[in-house]
Amino acid sequence: MLSLIQAALELGLICSLTVLALFLSYSMLGVCDLSTDGCFTLGAVVGAVVAVSGHPLLSIPAAMGAGMVSGFVTATLQTRMGVDSLLSGIIVNTGLYSVNIAIMEGASSVSLNKTDTVFTLLRGLLGETPLAGQYKLLTALLAAGVMGALLSLFLGTRLGLAIRATGDNPGMVRSSSINTAFTTTVGLCLSNALTGLSGCLMAQYQKNAEINIGTGMLTIALASLLIGRTLLGKGTIPRRAVGMAVGAILFQLVYTAALRLDMPGFMLKLVSAVIVALAISGPYLKNQWPIWRRRMAQGKEGR
Amino acid sequence: MLRLEHISKTFAPGTVNEKPALQDLSLHLEKGEFATIVGSNGAGKSTLFNAIAGSFLVDSGSVTLAGQDVTFLPEHQRAKHMSRLFQDPMGGTAPGMTIGENLALAAGRGGWLSRPTREDRERFRERLRLLNMGLEDRMDQPVGLLSGGQRQALTLLMATMVPPWLLLLDEHTAALDPATAEKVLELTRRITREEGITTLMITHDMTQALTMGSRTLMMDSGRIVLDVRGAERESMTVEDLLRRFREGAGRALEDDRVLLSRGQKKKVEENEENV
Repeated sequence: MLSLIQAALELGLICSLTVLALFLSYSMLGVCDLSTDGCFTLGAVVGAVVAVSGHPLLSIPAAMGAGMVSGFVTATLQTRMGVDSLLSGIIVNTGLYSVNIAIMEGASSVSLNKTDTVFTLLRGLLGETPLAGQYKLLTALLAAGVMGALLSLFLGTRLGLAIRATGDNPGMVRSSSINTAFTTTVGLCLSNALTGLSGCLMAQYQKNAEINIGTGMLTIALASLLIGRTLLGKGTIPRRAVGMAVGAILFQLVYTAALRLDMPGFMLKLVSAVIVALAISGPYLKNQWPIWRRRMAQGKEGR
Repeated sequence: MLRLEHISKTFAPGTVNEKPALQDLSLHLEKGEFATIVGSNGAGKSTLFNAIAGSFLVDSGSVTLAGQDVTFLPEHQRAKHMSRLFQDPMGGTAPGMTIGENLALAAGRGGWLSRPTREDRERFRERLRLLNMGLEDRMDQPVGLLSGGQRQALTLLMATMVPPWLLLLDEHTAALDPATAEKVLELTRRITREEGITTLMITHDMTQALTMGSRTLMMDSGRIVLDVRGAERESMTVEDLLRRFREGAGRALEDDRVLLSRGQKKKVEENEENV
């Protein structure tokens, strides 16, 4: 039971970085970034290759930088080349598949079993202290905490406010002297950097980066985001950012619990798909329900 | 401050829907001058504002703002020195952000990564007190909770936070109830006078057209057909203005009748019957 919660916490915190990325792109900027899956894999692959051939610490800026480039391409397609925002995400996602395999030099996975990772680095640092056993959890917590705090700080700056206003009322931003193409580009670069970091940590956590590591990540993260929004969706930005992590952890908790109850692992994607579909359609259906009932009642009475 | 020289704009040129929206229009506004604009629907008032703000480029003529030729400058660059308010009170503010955040965005001082300081917040509170709506105590509430009138007043405050060279008001009180509209108008008068902001205001209210500011313009078919100020304006009554207005509007209606072919006219009548 305890190991179940432990695993959920670790995985949830790592995934919460992707949820924070969507918090920026989906909740703030109002763009559903469909390149998330590919970008997560990109971060994993780049991070793994750099950790194997370089140093695990270098893998973090490398993965974030790669994510940023991917976000820049997605943003350029939609702000300066007239491609629809959903379509530009799909295009980049498709292209990233080849890029990711190319980075792994044609292989479909990179093993990290024999190399140091950021997780083992921290274990080394902790040495014999009582916390040493929790090195995985601490690494994930550190990453999620630092990034959550930085993102909250950023969203309070003038640029952060401009990005939020772009999603909230683009007409207003356009009629002020701010270029929405610029704010969208910055927002997508930052959010994809977070997604890349999330993938990088996930690969080092599993000690393996493979081409399908990011498949379904967008839906999983969206489900987590919607759970977090339901619980802590109102109030200040830091509070909502914490909500994102809570959502991610809860989602992983439900998932790992379901696995223990003999749900086969391949069901994860269906579960996340159902959660997202219900969470988004829920409020709409709730509004429609009274109208539906009135119509049924009238139908019974006859005209 | 603003100089329009012979600007023209035709929509859908070369098609059956060709519409000359602005025709060889010239206008000169002194610094600090406040002019109202009246005119029937389709007279070209909003098109004039779009041309000034840069929503599109004019076909011919030039637009000069404070001595600088902005004819080919894109909209967001002109917006540095121009503020514009629309009829829709929801249009000028971000509903999901707090009052303080909206003001911080409008204040637009400092670099991209600067955060509003305590002094900034004190300044915002001071400005909000001007509105007399109690908003100074609600700075951390989302703007979406405010009423239309409160939002339009806030938009006006944001538009003049950094005094613009030119303020464009496009029927900004038309969607408000009379009492709130009067409040927002009073605020408009006060802010533009105190800051000496050059202002153009479109209105459908003939009394406003004669009492607000110092100059009244009337537009018809993309031209300025009446331009009064000073003693002539003071002696002008609402009736005079209405008479001039009807002459123009009546002709526009005639034009519409000519445009409607017999078949279309029949259809329109059928529709009216169905209604």
